[in-house]
Amino acid sequence: MQRRTFISSLAALPLVAGTAHAAGFTAIDITGANIGPDYQLSYVDGKLASLRDFKGKVVMLFFGFTQCPDVCPTALARAAETKRLLGADGDKLAVVFVTVDPERDTAPLLSEYMRAFDPKFVAVRGTLEQTAKAAKDFKIFYRKVPSGSSYTMDHTALTYVFDASGKIRLAMKHAQTAQECAADLRLLMAPKKETGFLKGLFQ
Amino acid sequence: MKKLLSLLLMAALPALAQVTVGEPWVRATVAAQKATGAFMTLTSPQPLKLVGASSPAAGAVEVHEMKMENDMMRMRQMQALDLPGGQAVKLAPGGYHLMLMGLKQQLKDGDTVPLTLEFEDAQRVRSKVVVDAPVKPLNSAR
Repeated sequence: MQRRTFISSLAALPLVAGTAHAAGFTAIDITGANIGPDYQLSYVDGKLASLRDFKGKVVMLFFGFTQCPDVCPTALARAAETKRLLGADGDKLAVVFVTVDPERDTAPLLSEYMRAFDPKFVAVRGTLEQTAKAAKDFKIFYRKVPSGSSYTMDHTALTYVFDASGKIRLAMKHAQTAQECAADLRLLMAPKKETGFLKGLFQ
Repeated sequence: MKKLLSLLLMAALPALAQVTVGEPWVRATVAAQKATGAFMTLTSPQPLKLVGASSPAAGAVEVHEMKMENDMMRMRQMQALDLPGGQAVKLAPGGYHLMLMGLKQQLKDGDTVPLTLEFEDAQRVRSKVVVDAPVKPLNSAR
């Protein structure tokens, strides 16, 4: 009897651990999804940009445009708050903003815009064709919508998260709070705890 | 005729209870940025519609609604925003906002932007309210 209890509780453990891990993220776990894997875009100084430049860091990647009054500044403010909440681990986070409006989002405008949120945040841009290709590869939808004498942009408002090895891991919805984002990133930055616990159990 | 009409409107104005504009603010911009959003809470004692807005700081001001559909952000101009009587309607990030387009200069934290809001009641009588909205940092969340 005692033995049976032991076996069933042992069998239940990986399941519990697995569930706990899956439920650990507020964001959608999209590990293995066909996102990216990279873009052919440029930094504001004209140098070629690559996601590989952030190897060793967790990356939050977001597509938007600076003439956006609501969602884009809110998402960038959330990223800045998330970084602040990470404390010393904030240095292990890179935030990348891809403009879907390269016609108006010039390099000087983008660089000043990012600086308003965090001097380390990075903006990337490309030609209309490069932007369209990047959006397609990253499963981002966007389109120009005429508004009065000007236009606005509809676009996917998900923030993608890549882990330190450059693999796609999470998609954060716009409604996710900075606290929830920081908790998700902490899980990605220190995932060893759980496996360590299980390892110890089966040794 | 137009003069007479506006005189009549002006005479009618004091009789209308005013819309209260709570905590108006405008998001700061960086140089070369030509558009931004204005936010506030509108409360009208009787049912009204916000039908337009203008500002000397912008070429055009539109009433917009932001909607999230399948994680896609959509922004649309609204012809009118309904204000039910006695009920506060929030223009806040994640919902409605005034879109200031064709900005004439950079808006910096601490500046003030005059906004003229135009309302219409059930009898199609129009009234205007002018507010001075302070500019808050670009990274303001609320």
